[in-house]
Amino acid sequence: MIKFFLMVNKQGQTRLSRYYEHVEINKRTILEAEVIKNCLSRSKDQCSFIEYKDFKLVYRQYAALFVVVGIDQTENEMAVYELIHNFVEVLDKYFSRVSELDVSFSVSEIHL
Amino acid sequence: MPAPIRLRELIRTIRTARTQAEEREMIQKECAAIRSSFREEDNTYRCRNVAKLLYMHMLGYPAHFGQLECLKLIASQKFTDKRIGYLGAMLLLDERQDVHLLMTNCIKNDLNHSTQYVQGLALCTLGCMGSSEMCRDLAGEVEKLLKTSNSYLRKKAALCAVHVIRKVPELMEMFLPATKNLLNEKNHGVLHTSVVLLTEMCERSPDMLAHFRKVRQLSSSQLVPQLVRILKNLIMSGYSPEHDVSGISDPFLQVRILRLLRILGRNDDDSSEAMNDILAQVATNTETSKNVGNAILYETVLTIMDIKSESGLRVLAINILGRFLLNNDKNIRYVALTSLLKTVQTDHNAVQRHRSTIVDCLKDLDVSIKRRAMELSFALVNGNNVRGMMKELLYFLDSCEPEFKADCASGIFLAAEKYAPSKRWHIDTIMRVLTTAGSYVRDDAVPNLIQLITNSVEMHAYTVQRLYKAILGDYSQQPLVQVASWCIGEYGDLLVSGQCEEEEPIQVTEDEVLDILESVLISNMSASVTRGYALTAIMKLSTRFTCTVNRIKKVVSIYGSSIDVELQQRAVEYNALFKKYDHMRPALLERMPVMEKVTTNGPTEIVQTNGETEPAVLETKPPPSGLQPASQANDLLDLLGGNDPVIPTAPSSKPASAGGELLDLLGDLNLTGSPVSAPAPQITQPPFLLDGLTSQPLFNDVAAGIPSITAYNKNGLKIDFTFERSNTNPSVTVITIQASNSTELDMTDFVFQAAVPKTFQLQLLSPSSSVIPAFNSGTITQVIKVLNPQKQQLRMRIKLTYNHKGSAMQDLAEVNNFPPQSWQ
Repeated sequence: MIKFFLMVNKQGQTRLSRYYEHVEINKRTILEAEVIKNCLSRSKDQCSFIEYKDFKLVYRQYAALFVVVGIDQTENEMAVYELIHNFVEVLDKYFSRVSELDVSFSVSEIHL
Repeated sequence: MPAPIRLRELIRTIRTARTQAEEREMIQKECAAIRSSFREEDNTYRCRNVAKLLYMHMLGYPAHFGQLECLKLIASQKFTDKRIGYLGAMLLLDERQDVHLLMTNCIKNDLNHSTQYVQGLALCTLGCMGSSEMCRDLAGEVEKLLKTSNSYLRKKAALCAVHVIRKVPELMEMFLPATKNLLNEKNHGVLHTSVVLLTEMCERSPDMLAHFRKVRQLSSSQLVPQLVRILKNLIMSGYSPEHDVSGISDPFLQVRILRLLRILGRNDDDSSEAMNDILAQVATNTETSKNVGNAILYETVLTIMDIKSESGLRVLAINILGRFLLNNDKNIRYVALTSLLKTVQTDHNAVQRHRSTIVDCLKDLDVSIKRRAMELSFALVNGNNVRGMMKELLYFLDSCEPEFKADCASGIFLAAEKYAPSKRWHIDTIMRVLTTAGSYVRDDAVPNLIQLITNSVEMHAYTVQRLYKAILGDYSQQPLVQVASWCIGEYGDLLVSGQCEEEEPIQVTEDEVLDILESVLISNMSASVTRGYALTAIMKLSTRFTCTVNRIKKVVSIYGSSIDVELQQRAVEYNALFKKYDHMRPALLERMPVMEKVTTNGPTEIVQTNGETEPAVLETKPPPSGLQPASQANDLLDLLGGNDPVIPTAPSSKPASAGGELLDLLGDLNLTGSPVSAPAPQITQPPFLLDGLTSQPLFNDVAAGIPSITAYNKNGLKIDFTFERSNTNPSVTVITIQASNSTELDMTDFVFQAAVPKTFQLQLLSPSSSVIPAFNSGTITQVIKVLNPQKQQLRMRIKLTYNHKGSAMQDLAEVNNFPPQSWQ
């Protein structure tokens, strides 16, 4: 089950956040900061799946933006990895050559 | 008031903020503006304000005052309002707020709206944050929508149904008839969501699972063949631009179907058989050059492993995993290692074939892969490959990150224990671990190691030599120093005499050994526990070494005033040993007997029960309501005084029960003159010791038949005394009391207390229980020890308290009818 879906840039600013489980609002910022820290410290030839607390993070980097999805143990990691890519491709088609600015300005559309 | 700024303006302004404080300021200002605008009930700009609020919420600022506004937006007729309203509801509200119930009516109306998009919005929101009450109310509507022909709505309704089932499992049957037709759709969206719905149903309820597996005679609507058919179409069909992802058509759907097949096929032969072909087909036809193909293969492998597939298929699956391992892409290797870990239990041999690749993965740079490879390597160690694997693992231990070292060390210990080809190799391995990762070794490893060393009798000299050499250079790693000091203490004489067959003998003098131990004591790096070990070791050496006893005495007396309480206590006791009980010292400090390892009781607490710490152990036992404080060290020594010294008992596993404590006490009393190995057979059954108490005589040489007496018999409670005395220790009488209850109700919270005249000393041990069952169906047993050095007539006053028939009873009595043999 997907727990959350985040798009965070390298400076740690959240561009998109969707939580599918209830998380307190103050914990969310902490979570996002920690997650981005984990992802930033990985080098390019390291695996895209990180084990964090009791779930896994699947992340993918597109230019300066990180898409991170938190999943639990029953989910197929590779399928989620593909899902991330598919999602970015959809955004690309919708905005015709999407960039980070598009994502930050069209919050409501992307959220739905 | 001027029109509130648009969302884009807000975002632009926030982006210009250069510091966190500036950003916060801007947001506060905007929040205030929004709040005043809400108060004015301004309809036109409400949606804009809420959108801004949502953005701020995403950045992490509190936005709960917008919840009611969301509701108002949902109720409005404009689509843009509704859209923002529903989005806000999904993000800001959840079941914890009471406000969400107000939405139910709105959603109900919107579910029946003419525009499908509005219906879709409502379904989304319900599926996202519907509480169980809302779900119950609206489930009927959702079910209706599940049957419409509009595929856009159908797929959303299916997902909403998933959420409803998760919240209210009882409603599952309601959706069952609708699912029959779901798989006949062409639209992939609907197919996908219906597969999700079916998966959820099957996972939640085994009845549903059975229902779906059942073969139905007439219709061709059995689930498994349907799924197989769909999957086949997906693979076989040519390029379809709608669903293509890098050359494979709709991989997401394929993966979902595979997962559902896995659930259906688990533990079920018929379904598994139906799936075999298609699984083989998928496994062979899928392209592996892209990640997508690999994702599908991964899911296929998982499915094959879980269902009852034929062996050919399983071999195929493991080969696929082996191919994954050789792939350059880290993700794939990680995934392969994870699934191999899952399958290693069942298909051990097949996985062994890939052992070398797995061991190579230990050297990978990536943390997740290393961890997986380490776990898998431990699972693969067996009798044949243990030497080679250990070498690799030890090398890994040297070079890995600190977070791994503890796990790796424990794993190596376990594996070495199970598969060690020879004792020497085992000890070598342990030494290697201690020297490389000494500070990361877990605490329970130290007693286990000590126990292991004592067990390998012929290796003592070799072990102690190697340990001595190890700490000569470096005594900062605590577990290593602890084990080493214990060994030196025990086998110091072997070390000094320099005989060792396996290695060249080294010349060590007693002074050098004492030097090392003293430096451990003094060093700042030593933990308090380690210091305790070192001090005890020095003490033990006083009997093993011949010429340096004075030095030892000096060291011990220095620590008598140490700040550390533990050290001080030990030093004071050892001093006492030197001064008052010097005659007992050799026997107290004799070599420890071989310890039995009780593997079932978890980590065995091996208390350092050399003779001299026995008194310390006894002191800590809670006195079970004896009128005299139970056993002070000196009392007990007096009790034993004059006869053979206490021979140290082997420590048994100590479940914190009275049985264990009793064992120690009786164990040492029991061994009057008997050889050291006698306690071993008794230790294995501590729970039965109390039976042993009543049925067997406690002493080997019991004085012939002292008659037992009934000490008390009133109100249905009868207390019998049975006596035992030893010929070798005539001033001690051991009385076993047995309390029985002949009434028809149990007596609970039974407490027995006793007092004796001043010339006697009394020790009361823990009773077997505090409930006396009725009708004489059971008894409480308790042991009393009376010391009667002046051989006066035994008299005793007893006090009984218990609960009977709901009321608390108490009684005092005097026992005078002790038989003369019990005290003369």
